[in-house]
Amino acid sequence: MARWPEMESVILSRATRLMMPVLIVFSVFLLLRGHNAPGGGFVGGLIASTAFALLAISDSVDVARQTLRIEPRRVMGFGLLVALSAGLIGLLSGGSFFEGVWPGIKLPVIGKLGTPMLFDIGVFFVVVGFTLTVVFTLLTEED
Amino acid sequence: MFAILATLALAAFLAPSLTRWAGRRCGWILALAPGAALAYLVSRLPAVIDGETFDATVSWVPALDVSLDLRLDGLSMVFGLLITAMGVATMIYAAAYIGDDQRLGRLNATLLAFMLAMLGVVLADDVITLFVAWELTGITSYLLIGYDNHKFQARRAALQALLVTGLGGLVLLVGLTMLSWIAGTTQMSAMSAAAGSVQGSPLYGVVLAMVLVGAFTKSAQFPFHFWLPGAMAAPTPVSAFLHSATMVKAGVYLLARMQPVLGGTEAWHTTLGVVGATTMLLGAVMAFPQRDLKKILAYTTVSALGMLTMLIGIGTSAALVAAMAYVVVHALYKGPLFHVAGIIDHETGTRELSSLGGLRRTMPITAAIAAMAALSMAAVPPLLGAYAKQLVHAAEGEATAAAGYIYWTALATGIVTTSVAVMLAVLPFWRAGRETPKQPHEAPISLWLGAGLLATLALLLGPVAGTTFRPLVDAAARVAGASPSELHEETSLGLASTSHAAEPASAGALEGAADQAHADADHGAEHGEHGSGTLLKLVTIATGVLLVWRRDALLAAVAPVGGLARFGPEAVYRLSVIGLKSFSGVLTRFIQNGYLRSYIFVVLLATIVLAGYPLFSDRAPLPPLAVLDIRLYEGLIVMAMLMATLFATGTDSRLAAVVALGLIGIGVAINFMIMGGPDLAMTQLAIETLSVLLFVFILHRLPRFEHFTSLAERRRDLVLSLMVGAFFTSLVWGIATEGGESALSPYFAEHSLSEGKGHNVVNVILVDFRGLDTMGEITVLAVAALGVFGLMRLNLDKEKKNGKVA
Repeated sequence: MARWPEMESVILSRATRLMMPVLIVFSVFLLLRGHNAPGGGFVGGLIASTAFALLAISDSVDVARQTLRIEPRRVMGFGLLVALSAGLIGLLSGGSFFEGVWPGIKLPVIGKLGTPMLFDIGVFFVVVGFTLTVVFTLLTEED
Repeated sequence: MFAILATLALAAFLAPSLTRWAGRRCGWILALAPGAALAYLVSRLPAVIDGETFDATVSWVPALDVSLDLRLDGLSMVFGLLITAMGVATMIYAAAYIGDDQRLGRLNATLLAFMLAMLGVVLADDVITLFVAWELTGITSYLLIGYDNHKFQARRAALQALLVTGLGGLVLLVGLTMLSWIAGTTQMSAMSAAAGSVQGSPLYGVVLAMVLVGAFTKSAQFPFHFWLPGAMAAPTPVSAFLHSATMVKAGVYLLARMQPVLGGTEAWHTTLGVVGATTMLLGAVMAFPQRDLKKILAYTTVSALGMLTMLIGIGTSAALVAAMAYVVVHALYKGPLFHVAGIIDHETGTRELSSLGGLRRTMPITAAIAAMAALSMAAVPPLLGAYAKQLVHAAEGEATAAAGYIYWTALATGIVTTSVAVMLAVLPFWRAGRETPKQPHEAPISLWLGAGLLATLALLLGPVAGTTFRPLVDAAARVAGASPSELHEETSLGLASTSHAAEPASAGALEGAADQAHADADHGAEHGEHGSGTLLKLVTIATGVLLVWRRDALLAAVAPVGGLARFGPEAVYRLSVIGLKSFSGVLTRFIQNGYLRSYIFVVLLATIVLAGYPLFSDRAPLPPLAVLDIRLYEGLIVMAMLMATLFATGTDSRLAAVVALGLIGIGVAINFMIMGGPDLAMTQLAIETLSVLLFVFILHRLPRFEHFTSLAERRRDLVLSLMVGAFFTSLVWGIATEGGESALSPYFAEHSLSEGKGHNVVNVILVDFRGLDTMGEITVLAVAALGVFGLMRLNLDKEKKNGKVA
């Protein structure tokens, strides 16, 4: 189902399969470096969802869903929860809601860990969930 | 103090799974949560009676100077004890009453959440905390009234209660905000110091009106009383807890809390006195003709709430003491009576007064509880009700505003209340037996235990009220503004009268009653008002009994008047809801007519009118464009964008238009790149890619492109487009040439690394400085996605169904 006969393209399909891992890794890279260099959860999430959206177009929604494994709406909910918990950590550790908490851990590639990064990860998942919920829904209806 | 709130929150959270696990016994386990809160309050009782207060504070929104301030004083103590004690009884009762119902877990969770909110109301010291808890009680009440959500009646009653109290809540919020602005603090305990400036303020009348509307809607005062009888659609445990003992008293609580700040003025005395007295009489009179036990109880609750409001309105020390005493007494008799009504319903299958009788044989314990509670309600000594009533009588004599009105309404209410007490406790149990839908049995202990304990408490406390009950009431009244010196005098007086009653009470109840009445008379004489207390009381009781005896004839005689209800406040409510619905229907059809083009037209027009007016009226003429320094490649990009724009407006192919729009977007992204905004450029590119994709998905399914608009309309659109273009050009021009003075950019640039620990300023703003905004935005995203999902799914299901039919 949801195969678009007029858009069926071997080139697109093959290219998408090759590009998928690269796009996903790139999106995570953008997410993690976002605090100090161009990037961030929003644009990272967009890139990641583009990868799945391409797969949905070039192959089928079902294949894209299977590749994602998790229902996009759940991804969205998970993202909201992560973002909210980043805010709550600030509150629970004695500050106010969404006050940044930096435990002082520094990792080699990623940099300093802190609640803003956790929040950005939440944003990432919400964006992925949002885009794919819309894309999959729009494509599925096509029967 | 936070610990008890946290316990309740945890209990509410665990309630559904615990209910599934423990089944019918869950009530006993869940009652431990309010039980723990009760134990905490009792442990603080001696200190609070001595006038101590306990404070706890957590900073909440420091930027707005809002903190989660809790304060336990005499007033909070009285209400807190009520909530937790009734809470224990309710949890045990509810599980037994509902029995094996799938939804019991949800009911338990909502009940505990309500307890949490209600304790929040009475413990809050900060007006914003108070308001939030206040609204939470309204929302949980909505869920509880609508428990039988498959019944239209229940849904309508729930919505009605929510709309009436919710509207009151909004008005209250405005009132409290203004009040804290005038008083200069959001802390209620600090406000009484500013009472002078509040009452001298020109806004005093407005603040008073708004706070009163909030309190009156919550406590079902005339003309907002009608939601309370409707709320009886809730299961009986809920009615007993929310709509007699706790939530409806939140308004009374607020009035008592505000008395030192807003009270003491002519407006306060008159408004509260008249509204309270009217509600008191109206509730009692409307209770009389009801046939449903719960409806009778609901109207008597309205009546009692009216009396409490009236007492606070009178505002003397004696009146405040009487009000606090009556708050407790009312809960101690009304709670059990509600439980009894539920037991009768549960065991016989009906709550219709006319089909009940002779239940004393089959349900002796229930009959005894009903009798105790009703005697307290009818203020028969030696029950606690009599003690409270005596205080009330004395207080009524002190009314300065609308004194005559208060006197006569109180007299009439006393008569009807006696009748109603007889109807509730005598008719179902003591007259000849009648056929009921179910063969009646005595209820299990889990149903009558709570009611039995509360009713017994009223009996035990009655004779020793002066020494045991009074100090707590005094502590509450002091917080509400009663002066300590007057209280002392009052207490010794009260002590004298009850010590008279205490001795003979053991010897014989009748003798005690006479003596009590005698003391009552002395008491009345002290205040120089209606000294014929004993006679009056006997006449009251006799008339009340007479009314019940001739009830049928009386009701037949006044039946025609019943038609007047059609013009009452409930009709006003109904008409305004209908009016609001049809108005919003008309408005929606006008603004949201389903044509995207008209939405865009309205949005654009509104933008240039609303934003353009200040831009062109406040500012000097636009400054000359700074020296143009356009590079060749910049010029080329802009040219390409312009051509794409012209093409998009002219083409008949949607796909071509989308591609052209994508080209414009990419041009913008390149511009961002050139101007040094890599973040924006990257996001813009990703968005462009995705939106082209989404457009393609949707366009694919649209019908063939056609022109619907006339030439005139297209000319109109052209004019609007040109105006919008001109507006944005001037806006950007203005900002570019003179607007660079923003204090924000340097601030963020400077603090990004030091405060946000990041080099990427844009990202630090998004996830740290403006994290709360981003949280809101991603929530909106999620809601939008669910909306798309829902809409498309709905369509899909419809198509499937249609396909099957065809």
